[in-house]
Amino acid sequence: MATNNSTQNESSRFEVPPIVWKLLNNRRIVIGMSLLAPIVLVAILGETIAPYDPTATHVADRYAGPGGKFILGTDHLGRDLLSRIILGGRTSLLLGFGATALALTLGVPIGLTAGYAKGRVDEVLMRIMDIIMSVPTLLLGLLILVVLPSNIINVVMAIGVVYAPRIARVTRSATLSVSEEEYVMAAKARGESRPYILFREILPNVTGPIVVEGSVRVGYAIMIGTSLSFLGLGTGPPNPDWGFMISTAREHIYQTPWFLIWPSIALLLTVMATNLIGDGLRDVLDPRETGDLS
Amino acid sequence: MNYLYLVKRTAIALLSVFIVASVVFGVTTLLPGSAANIVLGTEATEEAVQQVNEDLGLDRPLMVQYIDFVVGVFTGDFGESLISGQPVMEMVWQRLLRTLQLAFVATLISVVTAIPLGILAAAKRDTIFDHLTTSGSYIGLSIPSFVSATLLLLFLTTPPLALFPKGGYVSISEGVIPWLHHLLLPALAMNTIILAYVLRQTRSSMVDTLESDYIRTARLKGVAERNVLFKHGLRNGLLPTVTVLALNFGWMMGSVVIIEQIFAFPGMGELIVQAIDNRDLPVIQAGILVPTIAFIFANFLADIIYSMLDPRISLGE
Repeated sequence: MATNNSTQNESSRFEVPPIVWKLLNNRRIVIGMSLLAPIVLVAILGETIAPYDPTATHVADRYAGPGGKFILGTDHLGRDLLSRIILGGRTSLLLGFGATALALTLGVPIGLTAGYAKGRVDEVLMRIMDIIMSVPTLLLGLLILVVLPSNIINVVMAIGVVYAPRIARVTRSATLSVSEEEYVMAAKARGESRPYILFREILPNVTGPIVVEGSVRVGYAIMIGTSLSFLGLGTGPPNPDWGFMISTAREHIYQTPWFLIWPSIALLLTVMATNLIGDGLRDVLDPRETGDLS
Repeated sequence: MNYLYLVKRTAIALLSVFIVASVVFGVTTLLPGSAANIVLGTEATEEAVQQVNEDLGLDRPLMVQYIDFVVGVFTGDFGESLISGQPVMEMVWQRLLRTLQLAFVATLISVVTAIPLGILAAAKRDTIFDHLTTSGSYIGLSIPSFVSATLLLLFLTTPPLALFPKGGYVSISEGVIPWLHHLLLPALAMNTIILAYVLRQTRSSMVDTLESDYIRTARLKGVAERNVLFKHGLRNGLLPTVTVLALNFGWMMGSVVIIEQIFAFPGMGELIVQAIDNRDLPVIQAGILVPTIAFIFANFLADIIYSMLDPRISLGE
């Protein structure tokens, strides 16, 4: 692998932070980004590049194979698979990134508070996080969606709540290790408020592990989200959604295997891309392995 | 064995069960109109809602309901199914045992396949074999279990490769072979992610171990390479992997919901999905609580076993 050469760029007007070079030198990040970037771009463009209306049915062309008028073929109602995959990708990415953002919003403050306060506060907060984590993730997601109506906001909320304790744990252990640093002591001595110390002094110094954990969660959030819609508790039809597409495709497997294959590949590539990026970020920012899969 | 540790750890396990029970109670009954909504759906009439509230005893004071529920959880009484009237615990128990068999076979598959592959990959580091298993594990890690299950079902249960039955469950009393034959495919499908994860974990901890000083010493002393790998390396390289296997039990308890649905396997997961379809509230509550309690108990056992193996372990981190 090429070595880090930030010195080359001293002549240029803009100083590129060395971390950017480190990231770009990581093979996993580069592969992951080159997979994810087109997927995100296609999802953002959505309707503007989808060849057909993803909900329009073409009864005469049901179960069409790939090639011809419909590039990837059609489903059991004669809807264009390519268009449905493009817009289904938007749902999946929204789920993945939205749920992770929510998990960060909930988990980071809890982790910062616990790690900085230590003692009893830490013990109680982390014990609660552990207990929430003892409910299998998919079951906790199910529980929430059984009570709330299934729409994308509630699915994002359910997954965000499920993953918040994991973010809190990581934030807390990083906070523990920096909370005795001199700059934190200095801020305390200056009489700064607790929120100031937590968010202005500690947070900027624990972003590494948080970013790593967050990036790993995106892939898992997409998996949980599509699993929930596979079970019929997701964003719901007629919105295209990869999980629901796959679950419907199972019933039409002998008419057209492509209906099952395309969304599976799309899902696999998206999750793999986020996993690669997460692993690459871990190599660069926080070289530790964790044992928890869910 | 440290008795104080045992007492503290037991107290924490019981507290965990209590809090999880409270959360499940809270989510299913405290949210506005939620219990009735679970039973009737979100668009029900006033009268129907009132009727259901009466049937479920939801018109009683909240505190009474809560105490009743928590006491029920600790005594294994989850009430009766709204659909069949059968005691919920009776329905749950048999299915839990089946699901545990599935989890057991799944773990067994990881142990006999992923761990040796991970060790080999570490031993043959940077060879084609290593690159293949590493990239294979990347794909495995990115396949949600509903996709791997669907694909395995498609390719391995229909001609020309009808190697496995399409689903169902056969009791072990009818023979070990038919029992295993029915369990293997769902166990494998449930496991793709864990397999990949365990493989990676084993590889990375073996790589670390094989680079350590005592392995170098063993090699210098002229210990045969096979013994270096399996006697000296394995013992230390495997510890993190065992932790991973234990932690992922919880993950399995979640993914059975999907796997059992796809393979028509009559276990906990299928029961939960059925209960959600039927809006059978007591069964839903038990379906979420029982696997969680099983997981809490598994963690409790793992911690106790560790503390017996390593007396330095205490509750503080």
